[in-house]
Amino acid sequence: MKAPPFAYRRVDSVAAAAALLREHGDEARLIAGGQTLLATLGMRLSEPSLLIDIRGIAEMQGIAVADGHLRIGALARHVDVERSALVARHLPLLSLAAPHIAHAAIRNRGTFGGSIAFADPAAEWPACTVAADGALTLSDGTRSRTVAAADFFLGLYQTALRPDELITAVQFPLPGPQRRFAFTELARRHGDYATVGLALAGDVTDGRLDDPRIVYFGVGGTPVRARAAEAALAAGRAEPAALDRAVAELGGELAPAGDLYAAAATKLHLAGVLLRRGIQSLMAEDAQS
Amino acid sequence: MTDRILVNITVNGMVYERWIEPRLHLGDFLREELGLKGTHLGCEHGVCGACTVVVDDEIVRSCLTLAVQADGAMVETIEGKSESGAIRDLQDAFLERNALQCGFCTAGLLLTADALLQAEPEADRARIREHISGNYCRCTGYHAVVDAIEAVGECRRAGARGAQP
Repeated sequence: MKAPPFAYRRVDSVAAAAALLREHGDEARLIAGGQTLLATLGMRLSEPSLLIDIRGIAEMQGIAVADGHLRIGALARHVDVERSALVARHLPLLSLAAPHIAHAAIRNRGTFGGSIAFADPAAEWPACTVAADGALTLSDGTRSRTVAAADFFLGLYQTALRPDELITAVQFPLPGPQRRFAFTELARRHGDYATVGLALAGDVTDGRLDDPRIVYFGVGGTPVRARAAEAALAAGRAEPAALDRAVAELGGELAPAGDLYAAAATKLHLAGVLLRRGIQSLMAEDAQS
Repeated sequence: MTDRILVNITVNGMVYERWIEPRLHLGDFLREELGLKGTHLGCEHGVCGACTVVVDDEIVRSCLTLAVQADGAMVETIEGKSESGAIRDLQDAFLERNALQCGFCTAGLLLTADALLQAEPEADRARIREHISGNYCRCTGYHAVVDAIEAVGECRRAGARGAQP
C-alpha cells in the first residue's frame, strides 16, 4: 500500500494551482486533506506525476454568512462544518450529516470541497448540497463561474469541473423559517460509506409539508432527486397514505445497483424505510428549533 | 525518481529535519525514519485506525497524511503520550479490563479514546462506540475497550469535580 513516486508542490493561490493544472494536464492531481486521494494512490488506482497541495490557499478557507447566503470555503474540513455554530443555526442539514462522514481522525483532515469534487455517489456532502440548493463557485484562476449543485454531478465520479478548475466555495441560500431538514443513512459500520442514504428538506407549517426535496445517495451514479416521491408528498400531503404512495414511487425513479452486501431490491426497500424515517423526523415538532 | 524535500517535523517535543520523498506517508516517516515503532500500520488505506497519531492536537490517520504535509507540524505518538504520563489512566484501564488483547490496535485506540474524552468528557457508551468505530480490533475486544474508556471518563469527571474549589 505504498504510493508511486510523485513530485509535490505547495501553492498559495487558485491561480497558481490552475496554472500547474494547465501545465501538467492529467498528470497532476490536487491534494487538500487527501483522505481519498492517498488511499487511491496507495492502491495504485492512479499514478500522477505531481501532487499540487492547495491547503494553504486563503481564499478557499472559512465558513461565513453574508448576503443571504451561507458560504463554505472548499478547504473547510468536515470537522469545521461539524462544529460550526453558523452551520448549525442556518443549515442544520449539514450538522446532521457531518457525524456520518467517515471517522473523527478522517474528518479532521478531509475537506468539504474535496468530497464534492471527488463526487463519490455514496458520499454525504454531494447529496446534502443538492438537497439544500447549494451552488458551487468554480475558478480557473482568472475566471470564475457558478454551477448549481443539481447540475454539477454528471455521472459516476464525473462532474462539471473543467480540467483546470477548482471548486473554491459552496454557497447556500439561507433557508426560510419554515424550512426543516432530516438526514438519515444506513451503513454497515458507523462512518463507512452508506449502503443507502437520504438528505431531506421541506417547509413544515402546522403539520403541513410543502416544497419537499428528497435526495438519495448510494443508489446511483450521482445524488438522485426523487421527484415523483416529492410530488406525492407535496402541497401539504404528508399523511400516511401519501407517504405510502411516495414510497411506491421510488420503485420507478431509483435504480440502485446491487453490490457484495446488498442486492438492488434490498437497497430499494431500504430507500423506502429511510423515506418513512426521514419524513417522520422532518414532521416531528420537536425535531428542530 | 522524484526530488526529495526537506521537512521539519516536531515529534514528541523533538525537532527532526529530514530529506524525504513526497510519497512517504507520516506513518512510515515515524517508523522508518525515526524508529518510532509504536505507531502501527495495518490496512494503510484509512480503514483500520491502527496508525492514528496526533498532529497539532488532533487525531489523524498517519497512513493518509503525507510526511511533507506535516512539515512544520507538532506530532505526538504513543511513545510521547506514554512517556509524558498523559494517558496513564487510559493505559491502566485498558490493562485492568483486558482491553489490550494482542495490542496491535492499542496505540490507535488509546489516542482515539483520549481525543474523545478531552473533547467530550461526558461521552456515554453509545458515543464512545460511535467515536471508536474507525478503529478495528482484530481480537474483537471492543466491549472491554468501551468499558475501559467509560471507566476513565467517569474517573476524570470525578477528578475534575474534586478539583473544584
